[in-house]
Amino acid sequence: MREADAKGPAIELRGVTKRFVSPSGKSFTALRDLDLTVAAGEFCAVVGPTGCGKSTTLALISGLEPPSVGTIRVFGEPVRSVGRSVGYVFQRDAVFPWKSVLDNVAMGPRLRGADTEKANIQAREWIARVGLAGFELYYPHQLSGGMRKRVALAQTLINQPRILLMDEPFSALDVQTRALMENELLELWASTGASVVFVTHDLEEAIGLADRVVVITAGPGTVKGTYRVDLPRPRNIAEVRFQPRFIEIYEEIWKDLRDEVLVSYERSKHLVAS
Amino acid sequence: MAQTNTVADDLDVARARAYQRRRRLVLILRFALAVFIVGSWEMTTRVGCHGPDSATCVVDPFFFGQPSGIWSQLVSWVQKGTAQGPLWEQIAVTLEETVLGFAIGVILGIIFGVALGRNRLLSDVLGPYINVLNAMPRIVLGSIFAIALGLDIQSKVALAVVLVFFVVFFNAFQGVREVDRDLLANARILGASQSQLSRHVILPSALSWILASLHTSFGFALVGAIVGEYLGARKGIGLMIATAQGTFNANGVFAAMFILAVLAIIAEALIMRLENFLIKWRPNAINNPATM
Ligand SMILES: Nc1ncnc2c1ncn2[C@@H]1O[C@H](COP(=O)(O)OP(=O)(O)OP(=O)(O)O)[C@@H](O)[C@H]1O
Ligand SMILES: [Mg+2]
Repeated sequence: MREADAKGPAIELRGVTKRFVSPSGKSFTALRDLDLTVAAGEFCAVVGPTGCGKSTTLALISGLEPPSVGTIRVFGEPVRSVGRSVGYVFQRDAVFPWKSVLDNVAMGPRLRGADTEKANIQAREWIARVGLAGFELYYPHQLSGGMRKRVALAQTLINQPRILLMDEPFSALDVQTRALMENELLELWASTGASVVFVTHDLEEAIGLADRVVVITAGPGTVKGTYRVDLPRPRNIAEVRFQPRFIEIYEEIWKDLRDEVLVSYERSKHLVAS
Repeated sequence: MAQTNTVADDLDVARARAYQRRRRLVLILRFALAVFIVGSWEMTTRVGCHGPDSATCVVDPFFFGQPSGIWSQLVSWVQKGTAQGPLWEQIAVTLEETVLGFAIGVILGIIFGVALGRNRLLSDVLGPYINVLNAMPRIVLGSIFAIALGLDIQSKVALAVVLVFFVVFFNAFQGVREVDRDLLANARILGASQSQLSRHVILPSALSWILASLHTSFGFALVGAIVGEYLGARKGIGLMIATAQGTFNANGVFAAMFILAVLAIIAEALIMRLENFLIKWRPNAINNPATM
C-alpha cells in the first residue's frame, strides 16, 4: 500500500453534489458536498441509512451518472464516461435474462473483443469459483436470487477491474454462503490489488472486510466520518468479529451511524404521517 | 419412506388420470359445439321452405349460405378450379402477397421502431407524423396503390406492408423504451459499445414485444392482400370473393373465408413455434396445453 500512496489515490471525489431533476422540474439533492478518497489497493466500505445516496455515489464513480457540482477522478483522470477499469456489482441483480449463465459471465471478455472460445474457458473458471459449476447452461429465471447474485459477481470479476464497486452484493445470501463469498472476495482482492468501494447496510460486514469505513449522513448524503479498521490481515470473516478490537471499532462507528439512521427513520415517519 | 413414495406416486397417477379425463371432456364438448352450430345452420336453411323460393326458409340460404353448399363449393373449386384458374394457384398468389407484405412490414417496423426508440431527437421529430399516419384509415391507401401500382402483386404487397408496419413499429418502439435501465448500465460497464448495446440488450429485450405483435400483424397482412385483390386483381382469393359477391354466391364467399381461416391458423402455429424458439429463456415459454 505504500507503493500505492506514491501513485496517488485511485478514486477521488471533491466537493461532489448530485441533484436529480424530476420531469416536473423539481430538483432533489441526493448528495451534498461529498469528499471521498480511496487509495489504490484500498478496501473501503460505505455505510449509511437507506436513501442517503450510497448507490448514487457508486453511479458517479462509475461514470454512469455525471455529478451536478464537483470533480471525480479515477487514477487522476477526470471521469467523463464509463471507463474500462471499473467493475460494478449492482444492487438489483442485473444479469441478462436472455443469456445462459455461461453467456452472462463470458459477456465482459466478449464485449471487449476476446474470441468466444477463450471467453468461454475463462467464464467456466469463474463460474466454478463462485460455486455455480454445473449451472452453465441454466437461464437466470431458473436460478435462486442468491445464485443470480453470484452470476453477477463472476460477470464483474472476470473483467479483473482495477476499481471494483459493489452495492450490497451479498445481502441476498444466507449467512454461511455469505461468509464463504466474503472470504473469497478478500482473497481475490488481495491477489489483484484492486481498489474496492463496498456499499453495505451491515456494519459487521463493513468492518470485517474493509481497511476503512465511511459513514454517510442521512440524505442529502455527505461524509459524516471515516474510520480506519486496523485489524490484521489476512482475516477470516467468521472469526474476526470476535476480536476485542473489532468490537471496539464497531461501537465507535455505531454511535455515529445510529444517529443518522434515527434521523432518516424520523423523517420517513413524518412522511407517512403527513 | 417407501410408503410415502408410493402414496405420492398414486397421487401423481390419479392427477394424470384426472387431467386425461378433463382433456377428453373438453375435446368432446368442442366437437359437440361445432356440430351444434353447423347443424343448426344447415337445419334452419332447410326447414319451412315452400317450393323453389328460398326466401320462405327460416334462414334464407341465398343470403346466408348453407354448410352443405359451402362444402360442395369447396369440392368444386378443388376438382374443377375457380373462374380464374386452379384453386392452388389462387392460394399461392394470396400467400405470396401476404408473406411478402408481412416480411417487409415486419423488417421495416423493427428498423424504424428500434431507431426511433433509441434516438430521442428522431422520435420527437417524427412522432407526431407517425401518430397522424396511424390514426388514418390506411386501408383506403389500397385504392391509391391499385391506381399507382396496377393489378399485379405489387399493389397488394404495398397495402399489406402499410398495415403490418404500424403494428410492429409501435411494439418495437415500446419494447426499446421499456428496456431495463439497470441492464443497459450493466452492459455499458462490462464494455459494450453502442452497437453492442443494441445487439446484446436492446434487441433481445424488445424481442418479446416484437414477437407479440407478429400474431396480430400476420392477420393484417392477410387483410391487406385480400382487400388489395378485392380492389383489383387478376388472381387470388380476394378476387374469388369479389367474383362470388358479383354472382350472388354466398356459399362462395363463405368457402373463401374458410380457406383464409385455415391459412391464418397455420400461420399462427408457425409464429408460435418461432416465438418459443426465439425466447426459450423466458419462464413458461413452452405453451401450456390450454391454449388453442
Ligand atoms: N434517477 C434518480 N432520479 C431521481 N431521484 C433519484 C434517482 N436515483 C436516486 N434518487 C434519489 O436519491 C436518493 C439516494 O438514492 P440512492 O439509491 O443513492 O440511495 P442508497 O443510499 O443507495 O439507498 P439504499 O441503501 O436503500 O440502497 C434517494 O432519495 C432517491 O430517491
Ligand atoms: Mg442503494
